[in-house]
Amino acid sequence: MSEINNFDTEEEKDNKSDIVSQKRLSHFLDIEYLSKPLILDILDLAESFAGVSGQPVKKVPLLRGKTIVNLFFEASTRTRTTFELAAKRLSADFLNINVDFSATKKGETLLDTLRNLEAMHCDMFIVRHPLSGAAEFISKNVSPNISVINAGDGRHAHPTQAMLDIFTIRKYFPDFKKIKVAIVGDILHSRVARSLIHALRIVEVPDIRVIGPKTLLPNGIEHMGVKPYVDMDEGIKNCNVVIMLRLQNERMDSSFIPDEHEYYNLYGFNPKRTDLLAKNGIVMHPGPVNRGIEISSEVADGERSVILQQVSNGIAVRMAILSLSMQPQRDK
Amino acid sequence: MKYSKEQTQELLQKIENSLRDHLLKNKISDPIIIGVHTGGAWIAEWLQKKMGYEGKSASLNINFYRDDFSRAGVNPKVEPTAMPVSIDDKHIILVDDVLFTGRTTRAAINEIFDFGRPLSVTLVVLVERNGKELPISADIVGEKLELGNDKNIKLNGPDPLALEIIDK
Repeated sequence: MSEINNFDTEEEKDNKSDIVSQKRLSHFLDIEYLSKPLILDILDLAESFAGVSGQPVKKVPLLRGKTIVNLFFEASTRTRTTFELAAKRLSADFLNINVDFSATKKGETLLDTLRNLEAMHCDMFIVRHPLSGAAEFISKNVSPNISVINAGDGRHAHPTQAMLDIFTIRKYFPDFKKIKVAIVGDILHSRVARSLIHALRIVEVPDIRVIGPKTLLPNGIEHMGVKPYVDMDEGIKNCNVVIMLRLQNERMDSSFIPDEHEYYNLYGFNPKRTDLLAKNGIVMHPGPVNRGIEISSEVADGERSVILQQVSNGIAVRMAILSLSMQPQRDK
Repeated sequence: MKYSKEQTQELLQKIENSLRDHLLKNKISDPIIIGVHTGGAWIAEWLQKKMGYEGKSASLNINFYRDDFSRAGVNPKVEPTAMPVSIDDKHIILVDDVLFTGRTTRAAINEIFDFGRPLSVTLVVLVERNGKELPISADIVGEKLELGNDKNIKLNGPDPLALEIIDK
């Protein structure tokens, strides 16, 4: 487990209250150290930002004059573009560093790249990296005035995805304490699942289930406060929310499932399974969706699916996180 | 010092009467009433009902348009902006509880223009106090007050609405 401290001081971590009485979030690296009031504050703030996308001028001047850099060492479409849109809707100047074509490919070390970006007076790095702990490493090696946002690091964490997922869930089920949530699929390789489980536990969802073949459920997962199921039908029964995960073939170094067809039969969300959900139950997916492997097109495009709302909500939630991380330190 | 419910009601009545005169004099019909969260939104809703307009008044969360983000940050506890109708080519009645430095009004006008191009904006405030920092004046004022720098004005509400002068 990382030693990430999202707060400025240890006292801050001990004295968890809402954001108004706290100093800024210096970095947004992981979700497990956030308090429930702080998470709810972020969701409330995102609710206000959601309206900006509906304005004729889709922009507010909050981060005018700030420079934000997307530092992506791994492929991404949704996360990268929604961070970019979020920053632009806050009026920040925005740079996309495509690491494939950058100086790191010519032999420059990561720290040298960071120093150069610092010299350009950037204010925030949004980092995606295939190695767990990369965002934390960067946060410890940049100037104190620079905020680092974790946009996904290895199998470790994807905290902004978890925030937008619980924001989407709250839209449909405002009382977290009354719902059953199931996460289905490749739990083992999923940073989304790990962050989401922490977020759901912090907001006190009483029934969190993880469903998948034994090979894709981490040993001891029940110690995270979730109930493991290998039977999909049993696991999703009466759930209000089912979150389908992508099979992360790129992170699999051996065979974890017999074949994709068999996987779809056992764990794919087909239209018949919709009947097992609670009334008004919703189906989510962080994307990219592999149709016919973890979810059928009928379900992905059907009335229970909120997959595209998740994408829209991602902009508002990321606007909230960017603005809170860029807040002034109140003791200065 | 606390204003009674009746004293606050008198000020509200005064701005309602002045607003009716203003609309008549300027031949404005069907204006859109917009209140600034939180106190201004309460007064806007009160005016909306008293003037007999349909629906709810609009409201602004000027949090994202403030000029002091680098010092104060954002407050997540403020209600979101609600602009239920188009403001293009409409007369706007912008309502706030207190006009002090003028910075809130400046932010509110900026936000309004991100929703469209109104024909005019009329500023209505319950109280105008000393301390102006920008060239912004209200068109309709309930009461003008001279207060020391150590004092703040607070509007309690929404029902009943009652003004209070408090120590900072």
